[in-house]
Amino acid sequence: MPLNPNSSFTPLIVAFCCNWCSYAGADLAGTSRLNYPAQIKIIKVPCSCRIDPMFVLRAFQKGADGVILCGCHPGDCHYSTGNYYARRRITLFFSMLEYLGIEKERTHLEWVSAAEGNKFASTMRKFTEQIHALGKNERLEDIR
Amino acid sequence: MIQKQMQERAKQMLSLGEVTCVLGWKKGDFSTNPQPAVFESEKDLEDLVYDKYCAANLSKYLVELTKKEGKVLVFLKPCDTYSFNQLLKENLIKKERSYIIGIGCEGNMQVDDDMQEIGLLEKCQTCTKTAHMVFDELIGEELTVRQGDDPFEGVLNLEQMSSDERYGFWREELSKCIRCNACRNVCPACNCRKCVFDNNKYDTAQKVNASSFEEQMFHIIRAYHVAGRCTDCGECSRVCPQLIDLHLLNRKFIKDINEFYGEFQAGADTDTPSPLTDFNIDTDPEPGSVHKRG
Ligand code: SF4
Ligand code: SF4
Ligand code: FES
Repeated sequence: MPLNPNSSFTPLIVAFCCNWCSYAGADLAGTSRLNYPAQIKIIKVPCSCRIDPMFVLRAFQKGADGVILCGCHPGDCHYSTGNYYARRRITLFFSMLEYLGIEKERTHLEWVSAAEGNKFASTMRKFTEQIHALGKNERLEDIR
Repeated sequence: MIQKQMQERAKQMLSLGEVTCVLGWKKGDFSTNPQPAVFESEKDLEDLVYDKYCAANLSKYLVELTKKEGKVLVFLKPCDTYSFNQLLKENLIKKERSYIIGIGCEGNMQVDDDMQEIGLLEKCQTCTKTAHMVFDELIGEELTVRQGDDPFEGVLNLEQMSSDERYGFWREELSKCIRCNACRNVCPACNCRKCVFDNNKYDTAQKVNASSFEEQMFHIIRAYHVAGRCTDCGECSRVCPQLIDLHLLNRKFIKDINEFYGEFQAGADTDTPSPLTDFNIDTDPEPGSVHKRG
């Protein structure tokens, strides 16, 4: 992995993936034996529009350093329109996090189809590097 | 004067049996803190007051009142009629069980802990709502002529700060919160029968914030849950005992919605879809493309 070998920091990353495209994309990455960082914990959701901003905050609260959301490409949602609603919600939510001074690089949304095993793996690698560069999440974390 | 006219008209409607009760304001413990009140007799109505301290938005009380049989006469200022429309749109009140008398408003005053007037409320300084959006009749509407300051100035100033400065600002503001829940309870857009913040499974249940995370969680989610439905009535900021500028959160969402999805004013009518229950396949921006600041 192209992470800084001098640092002991291993970021914890939560990825919310919709069942129909992105999760299948992750599967494909796996069966194709593509490498992506092991510290990515995938949570499967029925559709990208199932992702409640509260889930994202909860992930940060419980120690995630980065949260990435994945869904079908616009137009390809299994439920036709779910990701269009998700797009608006997530846009506003990310914008609010940035407004509160939470580093915008800690959250990311990527559309990944079931055929894009490669894209899944490279997105995850890139995101992990990004979080690694940012360091530990301190601005949205439960101190207990 | 307008208070007398309101009393007379309310008494008349009550005596003719056109309405079963009247929702207005009555004198509080001090002359500067009138309270929302329901009047059921002509005698009660002697206590009805209307002055520059009657800031409380009465629309939300209609949620409970219009569940009962009968008809409620309600007095609404221009800004309050937006909340009425929004509640109507969400099927939370019954139009046929209310009779709206739109009343003029010259701006309401803020009072300090000693009940002394300290100037115009923030929501009135930045008021853009000078006409009643819904009413059955009007009293004293000519009082309402006002040119407000720009409501988005505060949001703009924050947006221009660096990420660290913003973080510092919000840490300081939000750490003042005592989680009295007044901002949630007063809000006409906050109407869930069971609120997520009353859910024991989340650590944020109906109690004082235990960590900086819980402060952030409560405020982000409170504002987010009313995004696209908040009429910017300003009640949350008005009731906050810690004087937190909650409108800076709500208006961030309003500003973003205006910029990304086109101008939208919640409560201006009852049929335009709310921005978050709608989408535009071609023009909606991607979340990553709107980060241009800080
Ligand atoms: S969030 Fe505040 S300004 Fe918006 S509708 Fe609720 S009380 Fe009014
Ligand atoms: S009214 Fe103010 S102190 Fe009370 S919960 Fe809301 S923000 Fe916190
Ligand atoms: S099913 Fe994948 S985004 Fe809706």
